[in-house]
Amino acid sequence: MTESSEGQKVADQDNHTLETHTRPDGLALRLLPYIDKYGILIVIFVMVAVLYVTQPDVFLSWRNITNIFKQTAVNAMLSIGMFLAILTAGIDLSIGSVMMLGMMSAGVAQFAGMPWPIVLILAPLAGMGAGLVNGIGITKLRMPHPFIMTLGMLFMARGLGNLISGGVPLTGFPDAIRFLGSYQIPLGEYDGTRFNLPVALVLTIVVYIAFSLMLKHTVLGRRIYAIGGNPEAARVSGINVDAVLITVYGICGFMAGIGGLLLIGRTSSAFPTAGTGAELEAIAACIIGGASFFGGRGTVLGVFGGVIVMGLIKNGLNLNNVSVFYQQILIGAIIVIAVFLDVLRREIGTRK
Amino acid sequence: MVATGKRKSETSSQRPIIEGRGISKFFGAVTALNDVSFELYPGEVLGIVGDNGAGKTTLMKVLSGLYKASEGDLLFEGQPAHFNSPKDARKLGIEMVYQDLALAGNMAIAENIYLGREPRNKFGFYHLGASQKMARKHLSNLKIHVKSVDQKVEELSGGQRQAVAIARATAFDAKVVIMDEPTAALAIREVGKVLDLIKNLKDRHISVILISHRMDDIFYVCDRVVALFQGTNFAESPLEDTSRSEVIGWIMGTKENPGELSHDRVE
Repeated sequence: MTESSEGQKVADQDNHTLETHTRPDGLALRLLPYIDKYGILIVIFVMVAVLYVTQPDVFLSWRNITNIFKQTAVNAMLSIGMFLAILTAGIDLSIGSVMMLGMMSAGVAQFAGMPWPIVLILAPLAGMGAGLVNGIGITKLRMPHPFIMTLGMLFMARGLGNLISGGVPLTGFPDAIRFLGSYQIPLGEYDGTRFNLPVALVLTIVVYIAFSLMLKHTVLGRRIYAIGGNPEAARVSGINVDAVLITVYGICGFMAGIGGLLLIGRTSSAFPTAGTGAELEAIAACIIGGASFFGGRGTVLGVFGGVIVMGLIKNGLNLNNVSVFYQQILIGAIIVIAVFLDVLRREIGTRK
Repeated sequence: MVATGKRKSETSSQRPIIEGRGISKFFGAVTALNDVSFELYPGEVLGIVGDNGAGKTTLMKVLSGLYKASEGDLLFEGQPAHFNSPKDARKLGIEMVYQDLALAGNMAIAENIYLGREPRNKFGFYHLGASQKMARKHLSNLKIHVKSVDQKVEELSGGQRQAVAIARATAFDAKVVIMDEPTAALAIREVGKVLDLIKNLKDRHISVILISHRMDDIFYVCDRVVALFQGTNFAESPLEDTSRSEVIGWIMGTKENPGELSHDRVE
C-alpha cells in the first residue's frame, strides 16, 4: 500500500528499537553529578580552612564547634521544613511567625500551670496546626501560589501569638522544657578540656537522617519529588497531590514548632520578636544548599551544608570581630552566587 | 451511524472491549459530542481523526474518565461502565498517554513508570530495587532499550520520553491504551520507533486508540479509522478499504472529490 510506504521507510532506518544516544561527555559534564552532590562540602572545607588560619586557637576548639551547632540548630529545624515546601516548588513564608506562635502556646500553657509534657508537645502541635491551615488554604482555597497563603499566615500567626501572650515575653521555663535547646551531654574530660555534646546537635543529626530516609525510602518522599518535578504528571498518575501538599506544610509547621522549643531552651523565654526574619534565613540555607526553586531538586545533605555555611559565616565573622553588617552582605552575596552556579549547572546539565 | 465500507476487519469477530453508544457531551450551550458511537475490538489499533474541534479529545477524555458523558452509554467488555475519575478507568485497564507526556523530568525512568503505583516492601516503604527490576523487565518486553532505568527522564530525547510514557501506560495489565497525538512533538527519525512500539502493543493483544493528524501514522499502524466531524460520527472504514485522500476529505467534512482537498498529495 503506497500510503504506508513513507512511514515504513522511517521505521526501517532504525532497528525497531529506541536506543539512548550517548552524548560526548565533557569533563564538566562528568564532574557534574559529583559537584551536585558534594560541592557544598568543598565550600565548607574551604571556609573551615580559612577560619582555622585566621583563628587557629579558638575556631576548631570543641567548645566553638558545638557552639556553632547549638546556634544553628533552630535554623536547621526551620530549613528542613522549608526544604520540603521548596521541593514541591512551593515556599513557606510563615515559619518564623509560626515558630513564635508555637513558643507562645507553650509559654501560655506553662504559666497556666500545665504539666511539662503537655507544654512540650504544644509548641510543635501549634506549629503543625498552622502548617495544616497553610496546606488546606493552598490546595482547597486554590491560592494561586503558596507565597500568598503563607504570607497571610505570617501575619496571622504572629498576631495570634501576641494575642494569647498579651504581647509580652514569657520567661522562666523549667529544665524539662529547656532540655532540647540547652542541655549538654557530658562526654568526659581529656587533656584538661571538658567535652560536652549539645542535645540540640544530636537532635539536628537525628532529624536530618530521618528526613533523608523519608525522602529516599518512602512513597511520600518520592511523591514530594515527583510533584516538584511535574505536578500535572503526579496528578494524572493518580497521586493525591492535595494530600501530599497538606502533609508537607503540616510537617513544615511542625518543624517550626520544634525550632521554637530549641529557642526556648537557649533563651529560656518566649518573646514577641522571636523568629522575625527566620523564614528568610531558612530559604537562604536551602538555596545555598542547592535546592531549586523550580521544585524537585535538592538533597537533605545539601540543606545541612547550607545551614552549616550560614552558621560558619556568622561564627567566623564574630570570632574575627567583623561587623554584623558584613555578615548580611556576605550571606546575600553567597545566595546570589549559589543560584548563579545552579543556573550554570542547569545549562551544562540539561538538553536544550 | 454514517459509515463507509461496513466490512469489518478480522479482529472484529469478537465482542468489542469498549463500546460507546450515542455518547453526547455538552459544555453549557456548546455541544462537543453529539450522538457518537464506536466500537474498539481486542488487539485492534483504531485511528480517530478529525479537525480541531471535531470532538476527538473530548471523546478520549470521556473514555479515560476525565469527563462524564452527558448522554449515552459506555460499555466495557459488554458491561456498562461509569467512570468518575481516571482512576476508575485505570482499574479496568484503560490507560491514557497524554499529549504533554506527563512525566516528571527530575526523576528516573523506573520511578516515572511506577509513579502513583509505587512498589512497596513488606514494611510499606518504597521499594526502589523492585521498581528498577520491574522496569527493566517491562522495557525489555516492549523492546525499549535504555542506558539505565536510573537515567533521569529530562536527559532523554522526545521519542524516548514517549516510549517511557507508553511503558508507564502498559505497566499494569493495560487492555486499552489511548494515545493523543503521540508523534506530534517527535523528530522524524523517532516517529517510526514509536509507531513500531504501538504495533508491538497490538502484538501483545492490547487495544490502542490513536488520535493523530498525521496520515502517515494512521496508515502505518491502524486497522480501522473513525472520522469525527463537528462532534458527530462522520465516516468509518477498515484501513484497506480507504485511502489517504479519502480520509483527509472526511476530516474536512466531505465525501466527494477528496483528491482535490488533499494538501499533501504528490503531483
